[in-house]
Amino acid sequence: MSNEATIGQAHAAHAHPDSHGHAHGHEHHEQHFIMKWIFSMDHKVIAKQYLITGIIWAIVGALFSVFFRLQLGFPEDTFPIMEKFLGHWAKGGKLTPEFYYALVTMHGTILIFFVLTAGLSGTFSNLLIPLQIGARDMASTFMNMLSYWVFFISSVIMFASLFVQTGPAAGGWTTYPPLSALKEASLGSGIGMDLWLISMALFVVSQLLAGLNYITTILNMRTKGMKMTRMPLTMWSFLFTAVLGVLSFPVLLSGFVLLIFDRHAGTSFYLSEIFIGGKALSHIGGSAILYQHLFWFLGHPEVYIVMLPGMGMASEILSTHSRKPIFGYLAMIISLLGITSLAFVVWAHHMFVTGMSPFLGGIFVLLTLLIAIPSAIKVFNWLTTIWRGNLKFTVPMMFALGFVSLFISGGLTGIFLGNSALDIHLHDTYFVIAHFHLVMGVSSFFGMFAGIYHWFPKMFGRFMNNTLGYIHFFVTLAGAYLIFWPMHYEGFAGMPRRYYDYSAWESFKQFGSLNAFISIVVIIVFFAQLVFVFNFFISIFKGRKVTSPNPWGSTTLEWTTPINPGHGNWEGDIPEVHRWPYDYKDDGNGNDFVPQHIPLKPGEEGH
Amino acid sequence: MSGLIVTALVVLVFIVIYQIAKASELATILRGEEKVQLQTNRLMAWLMLAFFVLGLIGIYKCHVDLIDKMLPESASVQGDNYDQMLIVTLALTGFVFFVTHIALFYFIFRYQSTPGRKAYYYSHNNRLEVLWTTVPALALVTLVVIGLKNWFAMTDKPPADSMVVQIMGKQFNWIIRYPGADGVLGKTDFRLINDANNVLGLDWNDPAAKDDIIVENGEMHIINKRNVHLVINSRDVIHDVGLPHFRMKMDAVPGITTTMWFTPKFTSEEMKKKTKNPDFVYEIACDQMCGKGHYSMRGTVIVQTEAEFKEWIGGQPSYYSLHNEAKPAVPAETEPADSASTGGTAMQVSTIY
Repeated sequence: MSNEATIGQAHAAHAHPDSHGHAHGHEHHEQHFIMKWIFSMDHKVIAKQYLITGIIWAIVGALFSVFFRLQLGFPEDTFPIMEKFLGHWAKGGKLTPEFYYALVTMHGTILIFFVLTAGLSGTFSNLLIPLQIGARDMASTFMNMLSYWVFFISSVIMFASLFVQTGPAAGGWTTYPPLSALKEASLGSGIGMDLWLISMALFVVSQLLAGLNYITTILNMRTKGMKMTRMPLTMWSFLFTAVLGVLSFPVLLSGFVLLIFDRHAGTSFYLSEIFIGGKALSHIGGSAILYQHLFWFLGHPEVYIVMLPGMGMASEILSTHSRKPIFGYLAMIISLLGITSLAFVVWAHHMFVTGMSPFLGGIFVLLTLLIAIPSAIKVFNWLTTIWRGNLKFTVPMMFALGFVSLFISGGLTGIFLGNSALDIHLHDTYFVIAHFHLVMGVSSFFGMFAGIYHWFPKMFGRFMNNTLGYIHFFVTLAGAYLIFWPMHYEGFAGMPRRYYDYSAWESFKQFGSLNAFISIVVIIVFFAQLVFVFNFFISIFKGRKVTSPNPWGSTTLEWTTPINPGHGNWEGDIPEVHRWPYDYKDDGNGNDFVPQHIPLKPGEEGH
Repeated sequence: MSGLIVTALVVLVFIVIYQIAKASELATILRGEEKVQLQTNRLMAWLMLAFFVLGLIGIYKCHVDLIDKMLPESASVQGDNYDQMLIVTLALTGFVFFVTHIALFYFIFRYQSTPGRKAYYYSHNNRLEVLWTTVPALALVTLVVIGLKNWFAMTDKPPADSMVVQIMGKQFNWIIRYPGADGVLGKTDFRLINDANNVLGLDWNDPAAKDDIIVENGEMHIINKRNVHLVINSRDVIHDVGLPHFRMKMDAVPGITTTMWFTPKFTSEEMKKKTKNPDFVYEIACDQMCGKGHYSMRGTVIVQTEAEFKEWIGGQPSYYSLHNEAKPAVPAETEPADSASTGGTAMQVSTIY
């Protein structure tokens, strides 16, 4: 399928049956506001929609963490301001345990799925795939729009569940049955849980629509000369991210469907021999562990769905701002492939203490620790990329460097948790919290921030403010370490996660002042994120204007488009690609880079 | 009202920050972009260096502050292996952490952009890449070998002479059951559960059930230096028996029986002296989110000498005798322990435990 033909279809869907099937975006200025900004099929607009929805969700998710950190840091105190936000869930300014658990659950659900999956891949896969492979839009522009709107409906349902009388889901983001299956077990397992399941089912649909589109576009719609081995690493990472999602999200959906049946149709997939609420239930023969297998079959690949885009963008940004090619391009692709393949066969390392077969556990230990090898390769390659570079400390570069640091710190602790014998003691303690927040929470966020600062000029034709960017960077990086580094110690001490109050525990109460310290840092970091949000929205309208189409001196195709590209991206023909994406070398004219669309000089060797 | 003022203040602070940031942007244009970029680059390189140095100090300070709050020496034999393995893993990952971070921050400072600086075009080196694939692989193999050795030892069948104790989780406490004089845990059926007089659903048709002893306050007594085999169940949702001092943990899943075993090393009294804390107690922490009372689902373990334990268990009547008093006495041949005197029970126990 040629790009021109596809854009022709897009036009037809736009009710523009004009004769120029291959006409480009600049002819669309008569479009109605609603078609242009709301029900748009332009991948760049959909990317912005994902990003802004993601930012709103991130504020909600982060605010929830501030609320529950207030409880954890100051279990004796009351905070009247919480009552303003949460009403009877925080009567007199003190969170109820039920709502504490609801906040913890929603914090996880929102940040993992709505921000770091939809907000991250949704934004950058949409924005960059057509721009970097040289396509006018996605393979199916309509499906692309649909994926956003299904995500939007899913968001609305999840948001609505926050206002239910019995509260939103409160069984943890993993929602293990029987806790999540039986309304007698917890307040949050009532209507809140139903809404959670419906919302998440729709979310899966949206991810599948999006993922299939990303894969198809990357495989079929590359411009002339854009061989797979000439694609930027961002493209490779988005491709693998989409493959992970398409293969594992359906398994999660099946898990949810069975859970819905258990809740409402009287089946016993996950339920057996339960006495609750003063009576014995009739369910016999199900296995609560089955759900965990189905959940983690997505749940673990999900970690990489969150991680890979950050890896791809950090690679791209480190190379661009070091003015130096990425080191080991092929090794980077192979390690991405390795991570992707292994991601499917490590899920049970989340279940070492469920009483699983020790032999099976042993296999999962082996496979889990294997995944550390491609991760190590990536780290060493990033370090070699900046070695002897000409490092420009722009804001995106700072975040990419922060990403590398956080990925190392968080990744190394995975070696503890993946080794079942060590996991026994550390499982479900603060060590786990520290590990996954650093590696897939904060470092993915750093990848995302790096991407936002780097591609903001492409999105809005303006720069974000640098000073605010640097403040945001240093407060967030220092804050992340101050919050999560000491948590490793709490984990070594066996302090369980998801506790509302530790003061009654002889073994864990000694961390009271540390918890208070962490909570204060959380509040500061939260405000630093507001600085970012503020910078983001103000800069859309007031930011310094971009004057050159290629402000970072980058080699990839997105910078060959006009500063504010219309639907269709390029005004003339799509450029042809002649070289690999990281040709940061002397071009003979005093520039230190050669863009991908510049033909090889006579006698010049390609990569 | 006060909320409004606070909000207004926050907004004001943001506007001020923005104005300053905006002003610096304008100044950039006035003073010449290239010059400012060079200055910023230098500043950032120094700030990253400062961050690194402060970070190292922070790591040291954190360690000094928190090391006294860590768990005492492992209270189980298995935990010793655990602690050893933890130290090996910590040393290895710590080494990698420091080496990579020193490289990262050194490169950041050393290769900062300066006028006239040119990046070195270096796209790959197969020997280097093979090197840093094989070295981590070998290190990981070492960790896997140590890990699997411990894992298979820990998850192996409990030794035949272990004392058997059942621990059943329910929202939100632990119920402990001892097999009684016959050394056999009697049959249970969840449909027989009744909070008034049969909390575990013991089947009274099974003679082995009638001498079982149930402790409902979550206090588990075990014998020092004697293998203990925990039979773990749940009545409602998934719980988890977390024993941080013994470095042990296992889920309690409704409908499925899980087990774990370990060998305690120190009695509770010895531990009080060791930690110089008269309030020291081995705690059972629920480690799997189980509902609103999850954080309060606390049990305790009392590790005693064999003599102390015998004395304690001797004083515990069987659950059957406690809750079925209205019924006429049961025929003696099925209830040896019930009809025996306290001393007799203790004797029986000594043969079993």
